[in-house]
Amino acid sequence: MKEIQNNLSDIKVAETPPGFEGPGFFATSLDRAVGLARKNSIWPLPFATSCCGIEFMATMASTYDLARFGSERLSFSPRQADLLMVMGTISKKMGTVLRHVYEQMAEPRWVLSVGACASSGGIFDSYPVLQGIDHIMPVDVYVPGCPPRPEQIIDGILNIQKLIQNESLRRRNSPEYKALLASYGIE
Amino acid sequence: MSKPDISLIAEALKEKFGNAIVTQEQLYDFPVFTIDKNKIFEVIRFLYDEEKFQFRFLTTLCGIHLPETEKPFAMMYQVHSLIHNIRIRFKALTTVDDLQFDSLTPLFSGANWMEREAFDFYGFRFKGHPNLTRILNVDDMDYFPMRKEYPVEDLTRYDKDDTMFGRKPGGYKKLN
Repeated sequence: MKEIQNNLSDIKVAETPPGFEGPGFFATSLDRAVGLARKNSIWPLPFATSCCGIEFMATMASTYDLARFGSERLSFSPRQADLLMVMGTISKKMGTVLRHVYEQMAEPRWVLSVGACASSGGIFDSYPVLQGIDHIMPVDVYVPGCPPRPEQIIDGILNIQKLIQNESLRRRNSPEYKALLASYGIE
Repeated sequence: MSKPDISLIAEALKEKFGNAIVTQEQLYDFPVFTIDKNKIFEVIRFLYDEEKFQFRFLTTLCGIHLPETEKPFAMMYQVHSLIHNIRIRFKALTTVDDLQFDSLTPLFSGANWMEREAFDFYGFRFKGHPNLTRILNVDDMDYFPMRKEYPVEDLTRYDKDDTMFGRKPGGYKKLN
């Protein structure tokens, strides 16, 4: 029976975290169990302002299919999103909007900065453009490229997944994390 | 109604405003008048009201900064007579101490946002404008970024260390 299933389907289930297994039970740490669940069901909030957003659309569509990694459900409300994906040039005027979106997200929250503009201002080294979103919010993963290919965006998501899986449940209450937010003036 | 020649318009302007019309020139197919900045509203209103001309469409207006000239600041206006299909451009030169112009908003509602833009980027003031605030830049910006004395590059960058790549401040060669 098992062999037939294996032949018919190439669906892979998430890897079991390290733990103790016996007849009828499996024990692991809460960190790992929660990390496993969070990692494979990220709800991203796409904040797409320019061409990187077009690449993101390709990433979501059938060929690259971000749903393979459990992220097919986009959240257009920051209150329900886990991951803020910033894709595109952020002008200083848009910076306040973006920051407002970030502040509305509930913990735990992650930020993925896609493309040269979001990461550093890119070619727009000029007075109206924010020189990287890390001036206004902490960023977890940067994706280089102008614009990056969908593979690179997927790579960024996979790196976010690694962070999520290995994150300690107490990280968001740690003094280091509070100091990080305080350095951006966020309560 | 026959199409009035540009010389006819120039004559009418000179007759009505005299010395306020400083120069008249033809740049490619575009007649350009340089006029006294205090008369700009009256000149444009005259062309608007005059039955023979009817310049009732404001194509655009913008600020100009040409540093190292005698009068480095200027406002440029382009009006269009839709009935005759004639366009005219006006320039009004001034200095940094005298950036107050009459607002065209009583005549053209479309002047509202364009004048705010000229204020935002060059610091021109418009007398009679209903809401002269910044339109494109952040509200707390404390300078006028299109003036040539300010750098285009963003000043908040801290990663531009040119010691490895040889570009020195002020060390680039000026073309021609």
